[in-house]
Amino acid sequence: MAKLVMQLDELSCPSCMQKIQAGVSQQDGVESVKVLFNASKVKAEYDEAVTNPDELTQAVTDLGYSVQSIKVK
Amino acid sequence: MKFQRWLQSVKNQIALTVGGLIAVAYGWYWLGGAVIVMQGLLLVASMMGVAPILMQAYQALKVKVVSIDLLVTIAVLGALIIGEFNESAIVTFLFLFGSYLEQRTLKKTRESIRALSEMAPQTAQVLAADGTTTTVDVDDVEIDDQVLVKAGAQVPVDGQVVQGSAYVNEASITGEAQLVKKIVGDAVYSGAIVDNGTLTVTATQVGDDTTFAQIIELVEEAQDSKSPAEKFIDRFATYYTPAVLVLALAIGLITRDFKLAITILVLGCPGALVIGAPVSIVAGIGNGAKHGVLIKGGEVVNAMAGIDTMVFDKTGTLTKGDTAVAHVQFYTAAEQATLAVTTAVEAQSDHPLATAIVQYARERGVTDLPTIERIETLKGLGVQAEVAGQTIRIGRAKMMTEAGIRLTGAQIAAITASQTAGQSTVLVAVDQQVVLLIGIADTVKPEAKAALTRLKKAGVKHLVMLTGDNDQTAAAIAKAVGITEYHANLLPAEKVEFIKTYQANGQKVAFIGDGINDSPSLALADIGIAMGSGTDVAIETSDIVLMQSTLSELVYADYLTKATARNTVQNIVIAVGTVGLLLLGLMVGWVQMASGMFVHEISILVVIFNAMRLIRFKVR
Repeated sequence: MAKLVMQLDELSCPSCMQKIQAGVSQQDGVESVKVLFNASKVKAEYDEAVTNPDELTQAVTDLGYSVQSIKVK
Repeated sequence: MKFQRWLQSVKNQIALTVGGLIAVAYGWYWLGGAVIVMQGLLLVASMMGVAPILMQAYQALKVKVVSIDLLVTIAVLGALIIGEFNESAIVTFLFLFGSYLEQRTLKKTRESIRALSEMAPQTAQVLAADGTTTTVDVDDVEIDDQVLVKAGAQVPVDGQVVQGSAYVNEASITGEAQLVKKIVGDAVYSGAIVDNGTLTVTATQVGDDTTFAQIIELVEEAQDSKSPAEKFIDRFATYYTPAVLVLALAIGLITRDFKLAITILVLGCPGALVIGAPVSIVAGIGNGAKHGVLIKGGEVVNAMAGIDTMVFDKTGTLTKGDTAVAHVQFYTAAEQATLAVTTAVEAQSDHPLATAIVQYARERGVTDLPTIERIETLKGLGVQAEVAGQTIRIGRAKMMTEAGIRLTGAQIAAITASQTAGQSTVLVAVDQQVVLLIGIADTVKPEAKAALTRLKKAGVKHLVMLTGDNDQTAAAIAKAVGITEYHANLLPAEKVEFIKTYQANGQKVAFIGDGINDSPSLALADIGIAMGSGTDVAIETSDIVLMQSTLSELVYADYLTKATARNTVQNIVIAVGTVGLLLLGLMVGWVQMASGMFVHEISILVVIFNAMRLIRFKVR
């Protein structure tokens, strides 16, 4: 179980949070997602065998949000 | 995908253009131009404006979320269908522009935590064995590495000073801008700035494990940690938005009034309600963090605001905890040996009384410490150890009597005298003989009395002190700080019982302690407040951490949480009130789509501005 922290550009609409939450959690291999609205960060726990940081980052950018940086733990 | 991203990125420019087109359209018309040109311009403006909103609505639908964008998109498209180009253009402009303003102002409310993150050190100067330094990324420093910190630089890791001395600014950790002197043996925090001097520091915690990093993470999580009310509003919003859609559809079918139906879509946008409470919490928590008060979430804010009973631990909370040995009485000739044994045992403990004894011994030049064969802590009584075949007991008088050790009349008198003087007494016994009596004085924190008076005035009805220390010392300290209810000689479990009793009585209890010894009480109380001093344990087990470890910070926390809770209520009232007003306006016929969207956006901004007042909150 690996952990990924994505730093996004400033999030301002509450529905953005719902979208990102739904979008990332629907990816295969994602165990849990936490969107920190105020810090504009997304924390995800995922199974390394099924998915990887690039795929998860892609899921977020596909929704229209740019990812500034990522940190893998 | 790329188009989507591009569209999002130029959203603000689109808003500006749409606004411009609307202005030109109306200007043209009022200057006597042809209506058809105005309509044309408005149509173009509407199409441009609705594009990014439609995109957002679509993306949300893709992940099965009904968002406010969908409501607005349908309303705008509906308006276009019935030829109300001015309505559609104005609504899209207001929505986009409002979104831009929200982003700008929300950024302000989040500024405190952002400023904190930006203070995080990036690089470190690692000292090699040969004396040369290499600049490395702060995350690449390992524990036990030595780093060099010069004047003007930030300490990159949590660590201990091994060489040099300096004055450091710990504001990023404690919120206090006063310079602190650090010498060899002192602990320093990552993020602190060396004002003048040079330090060589051995790293004890690096990267994400440093206190500073933990504080940032704590505040980030706290800002999004929702109180039950917020969680309810969130759940409400997820059902509410589709419900508005259904309602508009139903009304449209029933009344056959298409315009009414799409107007309802606009008026029904949740906006201010969803953002109302969270934005206040963010501003409040951010303010707290700047002043060294770490609040762990929305529900903590609300709970703290409703506290009517504060239970204080004595040592380290009401008193400085930098206890010092005030009185020493030997009952044996082997003074040095006794002191050595005592020091050896006490060096194993973190308790303030133990540190005082060790400090005293250090000053007396006691070195050769015997090895301890076995050591055991008896909760609430003291410490028992085996040294060189002898049983050493160090603790309260109660510990001695329970072990069957008899105290002489003179010893009892000495104990009483010491305690009446406000000292904590520690007895040392070797096998069955008391050999040493130590009286340790603890000074009351200077701001204690004033702080407690303010808390009482702020509405905290009951102030209680619970301590494991003796009755006389407790009485002396209680009198000095102005507490009338206190209980002494308590075991940790007994303190917990008191909290349970108060809670059963319907009181809302906050427990203030030092985090290490008071975990059960901190956990059980409605609010657990730890006098931080930066320990990991304090940060983990409590709901609020007071990084400066002062009681005036406690007053700040009380005032701040009350102000934040009030602010939250104000915002919810504004949000709900706006919806009510809009519905009223609709029935009376004053409100249309465009004016409805205008009021809606204004209400969001009002709510954010109201929350921003908390950023500048100060306790006078």
